Amino acid sequence: MLAPPPAGRPASPLKKLLENAPSVLLAPVPLALLQPMFTRIATHVAQARPELFNRLGPHAGKRFLIDPTDLPFVLVLTPLPDRPLLTAHRRHERPAHVAAIAGTFFNLLDMIDGSLDGDALFFSRDLQVSGDTEAVVALRNALDDFEGSALDSVVASFGPLSGPAGLALSVVRSVRGR
Amino acid sequence: MSEAQGFHQQDYQRPELVCPAGTPAALRAAVDAGADAVYCGLQNETNARNFPGLNFTVPEVEQSIAYAHARNAKLLLAVNTFPPAGKFAMWRDAIDGAAKLGVDAAIVADMGVADYAARNYPELRLHLSVQAGASSPEAIRFYCEQFGVKRVVLPRMLTVAEIAELHRQIPCEIEAFIFGNIGMMAEGRCSLSSYVTGASTNMDGVCSPAADVHYEEDAARNLTTRLGEYVIDCFSGGESAGYPTICKGRYLCGVQSDPYYAFEEPVSLNLSALLPDLMRAGVTALKIEGRQRSRAYVKSVVGAFRKAVDDIMAGREAAFASLLALTEGRRETEGAFPSKRWR
Repeated sequence: MLAPPPAGRPASPLKKLLENAPSVLLAPVPLALLQPMFTRIATHVAQARPELFNRLGPHAGKRFLIDPTDLPFVLVLTPLPDRPLLTAHRRHERPAHVAAIAGTFFNLLDMIDGSLDGDALFFSRDLQVSGDTEAVVALRNALDDFEGSALDSVVASFGPLSGPAGLALSVVRSVRGR
Repeated sequence: MSEAQGFHQQDYQRPELVCPAGTPAALRAAVDAGADAVYCGLQNETNARNFPGLNFTVPEVEQSIAYAHARNAKLLLAVNTFPPAGKFAMWRDAIDGAAKLGVDAAIVADMGVADYAARNYPELRLHLSVQAGASSPEAIRFYCEQFGVKRVVLPRMLTVAEIAELHRQIPCEIEAFIFGNIGMMAEGRCSLSSYVTGASTNMDGVCSPAADVHYEEDAARNLTTRLGEYVIDCFSGGESAGYPTICKGRYLCGVQSDPYYAFEEPVSLNLSALLPDLMRAGVTALKIEGRQRSRAYVKSVVGAFRKAVDDIMAGREAAFASLLALTEGRRETEGAFPSKRWR
């Protein structure tokens, strides 16, 4: 997939339901329950590809706000090589950060996963960037040097849960892509 | 392109598809998608895409050469910026590394760098970068005669007819851009970025350094792009955006009541329809721009052009997947290639 579906194209009811599903399902979930998953994602990426931090250079310790605009929370990524942090916050908390990247959950996911181009998302206004642009560019380039699918790698790290999680994600993505 | 339209398979040789890579993962994506050659740069000012987090370490170049060569692809190293006085050592080291690692060619722009390479590593194949801005037979012949340049990457300011004429007058191969970013029509000579940021592509490898770029989007989704302290464009909500470079900015000038694109518009080059013409004009290598882009871009664009070139060589009509979603401003142009009057 090269770019998100063009605005204005009517979405199928199933597709719309699936696109809204993360937001609806996650709204009542306490963030404390999700936090271990985010910690695991950060730790796994750091362990799988420690050289990614070299690409970040002086931006490795900075706080990046990742804002999936269709989810009921935001994430703060602090890519420290020894102790990377990915923490979830309610939007109203306005966590401190030096740079922010905003887009829909699936656009951000597909960009990080190497199947969507960040510049194209920016050109189409589906990706918003603010704050320290240099840090954002460094982070984008570092993440883009991940071999294969970062998402598959993270999902596989969840042990017995990886099978159902991967299946659910692939179904959602395939329906979304229609 | 069909034979009925006047093109015959024997009219041209199979061109080399030269593709960009900003990271080792992008290089592997390019090779896997069918690149004949991949060009990349080191993590410093010696190349024209010196962006944060981008480019290759020396060990990464070494590993990438092995990956490419194992799949019959070449690796070209861009050493295509101009050393400022007193800083030549960095460019010398890059050439030393290129020769030692066994890259298939070094892409150079500066005469001093070309001279150093030619004198010290006569076996190292040299390509003349677009940054050298060599577009006349006289200029290109000079580089060939003095430094043994084997290929010239032409500035994006010549028509296909001019390229064909040039081909008959120069002793080296021609590489022409077919897709990607298209900037000022005086390549290698633009210093607009220096006036605002103190850095330019020519000497620092970066136009509009990211540290000087600031985006502000208001509640109505109007996007303001600033370079340093200057506003260089404002996009209304929903309007497609472009790169934050001065040449693509919109300005208030006396001759127009509204802000307008005084230099260039945010648009990407796409010569899909002109591929057979370029091949018949004597172009040896077709170049895709975009080392700053993602591996998703590389995979899509390289794959599309690989298929198109293969179709043409097989005498089939080249069916192109749309690449519009990947273009700057979501617009594409054939630039100066069909005629000089492209705006």
